[in-house]
Amino acid sequence: MKHWLAALAVFVFAIGGVSAQEKAPDVLVKDVTNEVLEIVRSDKDIRNGNTRKTIDLVESKVLPHFNFQRMTQLALGKEARKASPEQMAVLVNEFRALLVRTYSSALTQYRTQEVVFKPFKPDATRPDDAVVVCQIKQSGGKPIDLVYNLEKTASGWKVYDMIVGGVSLVTNYRSSFSQEIQGNGMDGLISSLQAKNKSAETRQQSK
Amino acid sequence: MLNMIKQRSGSVRKIVAVALMTVALGGCATSGNQKDPVEGFNRAMFAFNEGLDAVIIKPVAKGYDAVMPTPVRTGVTNFFGNIADLFIGVNNLLQGKPAEAASDIGRVLVNSTIGILGLIDVASDMGMEKHEEDFGQTFGRWGVGDGAYVVLPVFGPRTVRDTVGLVLDVKADPVANVDDVSTRNTLLALRMVDNRADLLPADKVIEEAALDKYAYIRDGYLQRRRSLIHDGNVPREQQD
Repeated sequence: MKHWLAALAVFVFAIGGVSAQEKAPDVLVKDVTNEVLEIVRSDKDIRNGNTRKTIDLVESKVLPHFNFQRMTQLALGKEARKASPEQMAVLVNEFRALLVRTYSSALTQYRTQEVVFKPFKPDATRPDDAVVVCQIKQSGGKPIDLVYNLEKTASGWKVYDMIVGGVSLVTNYRSSFSQEIQGNGMDGLISSLQAKNKSAETRQQSK
Repeated sequence: MLNMIKQRSGSVRKIVAVALMTVALGGCATSGNQKDPVEGFNRAMFAFNEGLDAVIIKPVAKGYDAVMPTPVRTGVTNFFGNIADLFIGVNNLLQGKPAEAASDIGRVLVNSTIGILGLIDVASDMGMEKHEEDFGQTFGRWGVGDGAYVVLPVFGPRTVRDTVGLVLDVKADPVANVDDVSTRNTLLALRMVDNRADLLPADKVIEEAALDKYAYIRDGYLQRRRSLIHDGNVPREQQD
């Protein structure tokens, strides 16, 4: 029943790199996935869990295609309007650091699982929104669906949500964020995010 | 460990009683989260399960993972997966999905024979995709609401609906119904350790991701179940 947790472990990273401005959303996701996985497969350090190197890979190849502003707003839900522009800027920064570390640690778990892309079906009623679905095959289990939600922006298609085995890595934070905000205010959430990121950095350096 | 597992199926009734009692008490112990009216109890049970995992289950799973060669590991996972397919097929039938049910039964036939007693998942290579179904999902499909979130001892996260489903899952589980007690316990223990070992890589990711591990796992569980009931196609109005 905890299989979605296992899904996180083989959670593959897509999106990134190359001058993808003109690319269709499905092509973009596919190209970046293949590029990143190719690097992971051939890099012993990453597979052995070298966090710094993995974060660098994610920063350079993947991040340019993520919209962290939108992700942060999605994670905050209706609480988002309570944040001042200054608070929002800090939140986006901290949430970004949290997601990048999560993605990177998931990427170091990737081994040789096969990734298959499902045929892309554009939704004519929502031309600026795209859903790209791929599947991670795993031995002895149901394949895990990995869904990317993208939106069209002036600088190309950007990912604003990733859903692994039915669990959104963005909205999964919503209820705990709102609980934190109701208990300790927006600044309370900011300081708990900062504390989390700081402790992760220290752990990483002490290794 | 063995004792614990021996008691497992026997004490399901007690667990359900606890769960129902908990839900009954829920009214007076509100925590603000609608889905989680008994958060205090749940957090305590979560901490208990985490302790149990840290002291017994995880170390055993780590040892198992280190000692067993990969093909053996895969064989064990496939073996139990094959047994589960039979009952996944029954659930698909109950959910009115005969094509999926037929595929599940086909998987059992292929894997039990060509796949040597289920050790090799030949059926997946032949394009018969593995499914994941249980009685909790079947009830969900029938329109039963999920009810409050509860953390059960040993079994972990459930909802009230899924707890009732779990009772039937255990009753229908071929492994839990093996007559010979020591064989049954060995198989149950092996399956539990194998399942846990499959999740070892996820531990680190969860540690990185979660501000509050309890809430992260709760919300993930609820999203995951909703997705499973709809076979991945959750209607837009039911999404957050």
